[in-house]
Amino acid sequence: MSKFRKKKKGMPAVNTASLPDIVFMLLFFFMVTTTMRETELKIENPRLPNATEVKKLEHKSLVSTIYIGKSKDATRHGTAYNRIQLNDKIATANDVPAFIINERSKVSEAEVPYMTTSIKADKESNVGTIIDIRLKLRDVNALKISYSASKAAE
Amino acid sequence: MARRENPEINAGSMADIAFLLLIFFLVTTTMNVDSGVSKKLSEKPPEDYVPPVIKEKNIFEVNINRNNELLVEGSRMDIDELKDAAIAFIDNGGGDGKIDEGEPTGPCNYCKGERSIKSSDHPNKAIISVQSDRGTEYGTYLKVQNELIRAYSDLRNILSKERYGIPFPELEDSYKDDRANLELKKKVEDIKTSYPEIISDSEPTSSN
Repeated sequence: MSKFRKKKKGMPAVNTASLPDIVFMLLFFFMVTTTMRETELKIENPRLPNATEVKKLEHKSLVSTIYIGKSKDATRHGTAYNRIQLNDKIATANDVPAFIINERSKVSEAEVPYMTTSIKADKESNVGTIIDIRLKLRDVNALKISYSASKAAE
Repeated sequence: MARRENPEINAGSMADIAFLLLIFFLVTTTMNVDSGVSKKLSEKPPEDYVPPVIKEKNIFEVNINRNNELLVEGSRMDIDELKDAAIAFIDNGGGDGKIDEGEPTGPCNYCKGERSIKSSDHPNKAIISVQSDRGTEYGTYLKVQNELIRAYSDLRNILSKERYGIPFPELEDSYKDDRANLELKKKVEDIKTSYPEIISDSEPTSSN
């Protein structure tokens, strides 16, 4: 009997040699799926409204985004939720056509009709601002727009 | 000279380093897909454009004032009731449809509405007109748009289930996966022309 008792064993150590491999795999997954924000927001991150009838925006390269919201620099631009940001500058509705034409020059001509303008506006911004932008978009024939919204449960 | 063996590099902390990087990426990653309510703007009308005369009964008027209150067809309404009111209007089917390329579409034989002569004639004539104030909050405006689109998708869904036995989103998805399928394309277009989405934005009130 004592033969068996002598063989007292602790828990065998788990081999952690492959742990780095697993972690690296996860790491690469996140590195590949991450998209870094290209433009720095000059306005506060817009609180998007909720909607149920949302569609996913496909082809990221064909989407140009217009941000509308409250400026981070309140002393220069006031505290209203109606500042427009194009690329990385605070702009006005009059700058929208130039912005769209610039975006168009980045894609091939055949893809221009599929370009979508995504409007990321804060819940509290005014419809007047949106309408100004919409009129400018119509002037340059950028007719596909998407009002960015987060998907809400019904 | 004593031959030294290559000392092994201790890889025990490799996992820690990798974890550190992993956590950095976990924190900075935003996985949100861009989604939104898509709309198609109308083209800019030529300068000498005369808008066609539309019968009063074929227009469903939605007004939003600067206090974010709704006025629908002349009376106040809560936003929760908007969808049902819009469905009742679109699906009324009180008369003949529009003349499409010289061919009259005739009365709406799939409408389930009241067929009142005071409301819309046909889904392809029914126009929803949204007028908002410049001071209206964007959140409210989008909620109204969303309710109206929901009214249309509900109607399309019902018709699609009735004609083809599957919900409309599924029909659309299967068409998107298989664009060459002409039969599916015909089905999708049939439903879409039965209930075309006509939501127009009129000029805002009060220019400040």
